[in-house]
Amino acid sequence: MGETSGYQSHMSATISPGKQKKIDAVLQHASGDKRFKILEVHMKKHLFKHDALIEILHKAQELFGFLEDDLLLFISHKLKLPPSRVYGVATFYHFFTLKPQGEHTCVVCMGTACYVKGADKVIAAIEQQAKIKPGETTANNKVSLLTARCIGACGIAPAVVYDGTVTPRATPESAVEQIKKWM
Amino acid sequence: MVLNDLLQIKEKELAARKKIVLRCCMAAGCMSSGAKDVKQQLEKAVTDAGLQDEVEVRGVGCMKLCCEGPLVQNDQSNELYVKVTSENAPSIIAALKGGKAEAAQTDPNAAFFSKQLSIVLANSGQIDPERIESYIAVDGYQALHEALNEMTPKDVVETMVQSGLRGRGGAGFPTGLKWGTVAKSASIKKYVICNADEGDPGAFMDRSVLESDPHAVLEGMAIAAYAVGADQGFLYVRAEYPLAISRLQIAIKQAKQLGLLGSGIFESPFNFNVDIRIGAGAFVCGEETALMMSVEGKRGTPRPRPPFPAESGLWSCPTLINNVETFANVPAIYRNGATWFAGIGTEKSKGTKVFALAGKIKNTGLIEVPMGTPLRNIVEDMGGGAPDGGKIKAVQTGGPSGGCIPANHLDTPVDYESLGKLGSIMGSGGMIVMDETTRMVDVARFFMEFCMDESCGKCIPCRAGTVQMHNLLEKILQRQATQRDLAKLEELCDMVRHSSLCGLGQTAPNPTLSTLRFFRNEYEELLQPDVFGPVATNGAK
Repeated sequence: MGETSGYQSHMSATISPGKQKKIDAVLQHASGDKRFKILEVHMKKHLFKHDALIEILHKAQELFGFLEDDLLLFISHKLKLPPSRVYGVATFYHFFTLKPQGEHTCVVCMGTACYVKGADKVIAAIEQQAKIKPGETTANNKVSLLTARCIGACGIAPAVVYDGTVTPRATPESAVEQIKKWM
Repeated sequence: MVLNDLLQIKEKELAARKKIVLRCCMAAGCMSSGAKDVKQQLEKAVTDAGLQDEVEVRGVGCMKLCCEGPLVQNDQSNELYVKVTSENAPSIIAALKGGKAEAAQTDPNAAFFSKQLSIVLANSGQIDPERIESYIAVDGYQALHEALNEMTPKDVVETMVQSGLRGRGGAGFPTGLKWGTVAKSASIKKYVICNADEGDPGAFMDRSVLESDPHAVLEGMAIAAYAVGADQGFLYVRAEYPLAISRLQIAIKQAKQLGLLGSGIFESPFNFNVDIRIGAGAFVCGEETALMMSVEGKRGTPRPRPPFPAESGLWSCPTLINNVETFANVPAIYRNGATWFAGIGTEKSKGTKVFALAGKIKNTGLIEVPMGTPLRNIVEDMGGGAPDGGKIKAVQTGGPSGGCIPANHLDTPVDYESLGKLGSIMGSGGMIVMDETTRMVDVARFFMEFCMDESCGKCIPCRAGTVQMHNLLEKILQRQATQRDLAKLEELCDMVRHSSLCGLGQTAPNPTLSTLRFFRNEYEELLQPDVFGPVATNGAK
């Protein structure tokens, strides 16, 4: 017991008071939100191993929709990894987003097969309709427009994913119609 | 689990088989066209007609002709229904009793199907990927049993060397040699990784294999692990393939329950566990050293080789890393023998290759052909040529690392060497057909933009070079470039190719170089006269 508390005091001694305050604030925030609990259980399942960081970020994004700063700090604290490492991984991979998404997401596949079959025209039509560029969310927070590198649905190109549902053989008209419904 | 148990499962599965099997494609392509509803309607119609004892509606993996999905095939009559909807699905059941099916049909003996030779895709569209019994019924896991009980690890490696299988991920490194190197390294801990990070836009072979026959990949990995002496495997799958991930999870669970994965497989001392690692959308993670960084939970940046992963890979342990299709070939090689496999294909490229045919072509989908099949057979006979009377202009292979093969080279046989000679690569197997409306400079820019976005930023030639090359291509497309810029572009291509750290940078100039080689006139048409006069040296090569 004495050894454990000694270890902890050693830990807190290496963290500057300002940072400790921030971590305390994050843990305070986390204690009021059930999703953090679920995330911690998931980390436990992975034995808090460092190599499970990507899996844990996947779960975090699934729970919260995006990775906010507090969430990343929470993960870094629990996994005992430097925040820079967690932030570095979260920003390296395209799948993770640090910004909140709109109510609906529209992912246009921009793989080669979709591109030669006119995915660029689909995207141009959506841009014009929703007045946003890929990676952005409409002002009313309804629709986020994203592009994918290739979702492997080349046989039914061009493919568009509306809220997780892959739709085959999209046209500029069909895409605009769907966006209109959402707006 | 011993061999007898395995054979019993097979017998039981075969005995339970009904007279008529209606196979419904349940791969991602058909699923997005409503295959799930179709299957439900078919099942309902079977129950309504009271045919439960005669007809089985089976969800299967990819049935290859993706553009016509959802597909349904009757095993007994061989009728292949295309573009089935939940409305006309019941009429297929009615047709079994002499009624008329309203769903359209296509010829199951058309060139698209008849010219294929299936090894990797042999079970695709035949078995239910979510039931291990279905795989065992087609002699699944017998090769693993044979390897564990009748062969030493050395024999297993030797058989692989004799088969002549080469890596299907693109580079074509001899698989047997790789296995041998890992097997020889003295280390207590070794790993096997299956690279299922199929990032090439336009390629979906690995997705289909994982969705259609996940157990073949697992069995292949287990045989490889036994050969090299590993007890832990990782399957690195893209997050963009949710269906493949869920089918793999089911497959691993089932194999563990039957004692075909885990400890003491087939009551031998051999242990092997497989974990799934889900990628997070970084193309560079297809590169083996970057992939291993990602498995370790870090940023996926590559490192210089040597040391090769076979000597020092995951957590600095010897690591065998092969592609999905390579592993999927393995069980068949041990079931049928190395000589059988070596008898297929060409002298230097053995076996078959799966291609994902897409783009401006009539029949899009998956094809598997023997190595050395001329490109023309693939795109014209099997693919049916360009749709709406168009003319094929070029075929793009190898994704952003490959090149464009012009129509006048269509007689080239597909094997590693021939494609390399044309400045393209075999790649993982994406084949995008382009017709005359496609502008080649646009294609080059498209791929350069891809490489620019996907460059991990570790080495300067790739990080800065791809941006500069993209700017030059953009300038050409804006009709603002001169001969001087074109010369600069070629010089940059050469520099980035020779000085980048990993495959991404080294091959990033390929699409540009190959379009420059075969379609230089399209670039020159866009150039402006140079106000400073013609270029003195290299520009006008």
